[in-house]
Order: sequence, then structure tokens, then C-alpha cells
Amino acid sequence: MTEKKAEGKKIKNLLSLQIDPALFETASEEEKAQQVTMRESVSFMKDAMRRLRKNKIAMISLIIIVLVALIAFIVPTFYPYTYTKQDVTAQNLGPFQYSAKEQAKINKGQNIFPHIMGTDNLGRDYAIRVIYGTRISLLVGIFSALIVIVIGIIYGSISGYFGGKVDMVMMRIVDIIYSLPDVLIVILLSVAIKDWVSTSKNELISRLGAGMVSIFIVFGLLYWVSMARQVRGQILSIKEQEYVLASKAIGAGPARIIRKHMIPNCVSVIIIIAAMQIPSAIFTESFLSFLGLGVSVPMPSLGSLASDARTSLRSYPYQLIFPALSIFLIVLSFNLLGNGLRDAFDPKLRN
Amino acid sequence: MNAKFLSYLVKRLLMAFLTIFLVIAITFFVMHAIPASPFSSEKAKSDAVIAALEAKYGFDKPVTVQFWNYLVNILHGDFGLSTGWVGNTVIDLILGGFSYSARIGFTAGIIAIVLGVILGSIAALQRDRFLDKIIQIITTALVSMPSFVMATILLLVFALQLAWLPSLGNQPGGLILPIISLSLYPMAYVTKLQRSSMLDVLGQDYIRTAKAKGVKNSQIIFKHALKNTLTPVITYAGPMMAYILTGSMVVENIFSVPGLGRLFTNSMLRTDYMMIMGVTIFLATMIILMNFIGDILYKVIDPRIDLG
Repeated sequence: MTEKKAEGKKIKNLLSLQIDPALFETASEEEKAQQVTMRESVSFMKDAMRRLRKNKIAMISLIIIVLVALIAFIVPTFYPYTYTKQDVTAQNLGPFQYSAKEQAKINKGQNIFPHIMGTDNLGRDYAIRVIYGTRISLLVGIFSALIVIVIGIIYGSISGYFGGKVDMVMMRIVDIIYSLPDVLIVILLSVAIKDWVSTSKNELISRLGAGMVSIFIVFGLLYWVSMARQVRGQILSIKEQEYVLASKAIGAGPARIIRKHMIPNCVSVIIIIAAMQIPSAIFTESFLSFLGLGVSVPMPSLGSLASDARTSLRSYPYQLIFPALSIFLIVLSFNLLGNGLRDAFDPKLRN
Repeated sequence: MNAKFLSYLVKRLLMAFLTIFLVIAITFFVMHAIPASPFSSEKAKSDAVIAALEAKYGFDKPVTVQFWNYLVNILHGDFGLSTGWVGNTVIDLILGGFSYSARIGFTAGIIAIVLGVILGSIAALQRDRFLDKIIQIITTALVSMPSFVMATILLLVFALQLAWLPSLGNQPGGLILPIISLSLYPMAYVTKLQRSSMLDVLGQDYIRTAKAKGVKNSQIIFKHALKNTLTPVITYAGPMMAYILTGSMVVENIFSVPGLGRLFTNSMLRTDYMMIMGVTIFLATMIILMNFIGDILYKVIDPRIDLG
């Protein structure tokens, strides 16, 4: 536009600066309008979410996770049975079976809510126990991911931001923690704190059980290392990017650089690694519960339900099938969603 | 073997020893933070008896002295005496259990790597075709199943319902089901690794060059591609060892195999602290050494990797 204006003018004395006064006029409204971008700019998050929404498998997994979470957190509030209530007349019922006492009530015309998944060997409704177990699994997954996110980001960004000797020392510590066998330490810790937890005055701790408390401790101590490594790597590489230099040259302060460049570039690794952390946390919890180190009785966990089902596996196989299916569904959905998030947020990693 | 590699080797070895030392320290101090003595839970013992027992096992000395003695004893292969299986040394029990666990774990590991490499290569060569999709679905399902679910379902289907295989580890053929349950997850993982690494290698220039020269497809795969695809699989050796060793705790319990995993869970039930410490340290050492071997092999096989 401005060049066109300049072309029209005849060339002045060759030794002059060839300045065209027209170039220094204030822009007209029409010219200003041309600077306005027609299309709304697509931010990184929006772009990634669009890619995620196109991924059918990831969206189905997300819907399943949301549904399972809704069931796990809402159903117990109005469900007619509780996970502790025992009924000696209704032991080991199959799905949709009624005990003699309940059958008599039905014959009298009363409404009895069916045992959708039957009952266990103490006559407790199995469906509500599986729902509570699922709730435990989801809580462990989400809280562990939160712990990993918070510690990993703080540690990684300090290490990456300061660089140099601080970075070297901090990363050596990460290397050592990384090579510690985490599951063994979880087991060791839950054995060690078992007595303390069961006698603890703190209601939350005693309800959670040794396994859960030690999982959270170990996640806080050990599991954040891969997150810290990735965040540090990102921060280190972003620090050296030309666009950061460019925005510094324009006069952007550290706050703006962190907000506009560091955080958006770390979001993808944070989301990807947090999503991968959830299934592994759920695995660890169910594994410990299966060994009898997880939640305290009578609180059920999918691992302890599966473990209890082993004693009468031949007669009541469904007592294994329901918790097994439930844990498989949760972990599968989180894995597939994690894959979808990875593809959406980091197209470079795609194979 | 050049100087750079040697210095890497030494650095990595020191790191492994430091980690093992840390594991010993963590194990020792965590177990000693427990207020209860291993003898206090047992009934019908006077204070004098408990004191005598504590003196016998050296529990009456200051913690730092105990730690030093424990460390020195471990270096001599002495993990102390078991309190849950009275009259046995911890190391004898560990080695006895390990002979079973090693057999199961080693077989499971080999099966996982061999089948995983084959399946992963097939999936990569058949990319986006029917076979690839089937393999991908199966591996995704398998990595979403905890070892105890896998083992109990195998037990339910093949031992109880179909009665094809025995359900107890001490019967003939009884180790087949534990081996299968332990190998499925790592196999699926290796398949995933091998598939993406094979796809990566097949896209390299030297593969195209070989093809342009008229090398047969089978020769390209076996002579040029396969060797270069194996590096990611090798680095998985350490984590796989960790999975198999911890997984054997549930699998050995489910199939009643008298291995190290079952010993470990039993020593938790009997609150045998010396045993718990011994097994933890033993297993952790195995995992750390396997990680070390995997890392070194990785560098030996692929010299391009930076020895930073």
C-alpha cells in the first residue's frame, strides 16, 4: 500500500534521502480496517482441543470416564444399600437374586431394590461395594496426578529457570530418585505405617488406610521426577528460543514471557504426563489393596474386592468379574484418553 | 572400548551403587521408625524374654550402630535371622524363593521380548492393515489390565472352568499359567515399543538405499532394520524386571508358587521385619542392576548415542 504511493512520486535529487512525506501521514480509517485480522486467531489450547474433539476414541473414553465418575460420586447418595450393611440372610446371592426374606417381602407386595451385582459372603450388596471401589480408584488417580503436577512443575521450573550448578545438582537428585524401585518403597512404607495409620486419631488418615497414605507419600516423594524432567527440558529450550529473545527486545518483562511463552509451551507436556500418571497410580493402589495393604476394611477397593473373590472363585466367579471389569474399563479409558491427549497436544510425538 | 565409554561405565556403576546404598538406608530407617518391636506383638512373653531376644538380634544398640552393622553384614551376604521362620537365615529363604521366581520371571521375560518383537514388527510391516489393528487392540487391552486381574482371570478360565491346566504351582505344568500371566503385560509393552521403533527405522534413508539397490524385502528387514529397532526394547529391560518381580508377588500368591514374591507377602503377614528388609533390598538390587545392564547394552549397541 505504502509502496504504491511512493512509486507515483518522481525521484528527487539522487543525493537526497528520498523521503516521501506521504509515508508519514496518519493512517486513514480504511487502512486501519485492513490491519484487523478477519479470522479469530486460533490459540494453542483451542487448536489442541479441536484435534482432541476429532479423535473419536479419545472422546468416547472421556465420556466413559465422566459417566463412571458421575456414577461413583452420585449413586451412593441415594442408593438403598450401603457398603457396610451386612445381611446374614442374603449371603453370596447372584446378580438380581433375592434372599428368602426379601422374596417374602416381595410376595407381600413390597418393593425391594434388586442386588444388581448380587451380594458378597457377608451379605453386603456388591454393586455399591464395586461403586465405592471405583470411587477410591478415581480419587487415587486424580489426587496422585495433582501431587505430581504441583511438585513436578515447581521442581522442574526452578531447575530449568536457574540452570547452571543448581540445575546440575537438582537433576542428579532426580536421576537417583528415578532409579529407585517405587513399588517396593510403597509396599515398604505401607507395612511400616500400618499400625500408625490404624490407630491414628485423624479420621481421614484412618479411613484412607495405610496403602493409600503411603501411595500419596511416595507419589509426593518419588513419582514427580518424570514430570520435573520434562518441565525442566521445556523451560531450558524455551529460554533459548528466538521468539523469547524477540519479545524481550520489544520490552516484554519476565512475567509476560512466563505467561505467554513458558506456560503455554509446558502445558502440553504437563497434560500428557499427568494423563499417563493416572493409570499407573490406579494400578499401584489396586495392587496394594490386592496384597491387603490398601484401604482399611470395611472400605472396599477394586483390588481388595478381587482379592476377596479368590476364596470362592469357583462358586461365585462374578464376584471377581465385576471389580476386574470395572478396573479394566477405568484404566483402558484413561490410557486411550492419554493417547488422544498426546496426539492432540504434541503432534510431533505421533507415530 | 574407548576412554569416554569407560568413564561412562564407571559413572553409571557408581550411580547404581549409590542407589543401592540409598535403598538399604531407606529400608533400614523406615523399618526402624516403627515404634513396635517385632516381638512385642507376640503373646506370652515377659519383658525379660523380649529384652533377651532384642539383645540376640542386636536391637538394643543405637540405630546408627545397628545400621553400620547391618550394612557390613549385607556386604558379607548376611541379611540376619528370620523371626517369622525361626531357625532360618534370611538369605537362605531368599535364595530358596528366588530359584522359583527366577525360573518364572526369566521365562516370562524371554517370552515377552521374543513375542513382543515379532508381533511389533508384524504390526509395523502391516501398518494400518487388519493385522496391525488387531495387534494394536490386543496390546492396548493388555496394558490396561493389572497383573492380578490377568492372573485371576486366567486361573478362573483355564484352571477352574476349562480345567486345561493345574491351578497350583507345584503340580506338573503348574508354572505355565504364572508364566503367561507375568509375560502378557510386558509382551504388550514390547510390542508397542517395537512397532513404533520399526516404523521409525523403516522410514530411514539407508532402508530406501537398500531397496533402491534391489535388496530383497526379507533381507532388508532381517539384515538392516531389525538390529536397529532393538535399542528401545533393551532399555525396557530394567522396567520389565521391576514389573515382573513386583508382579510375581500377586501371581505367586494366586497360583501358590513358593517363590520370592509369596515369601515377601507372607513375611508381611508374619511381621518378620528382617525378612521384609532383606527381600526389599534383594529385589531392589536386582532391578537396579538390570537397569544398569540395560543402559550399558544400549550404549554398546548404538554407539551414536551421546555419552553425556
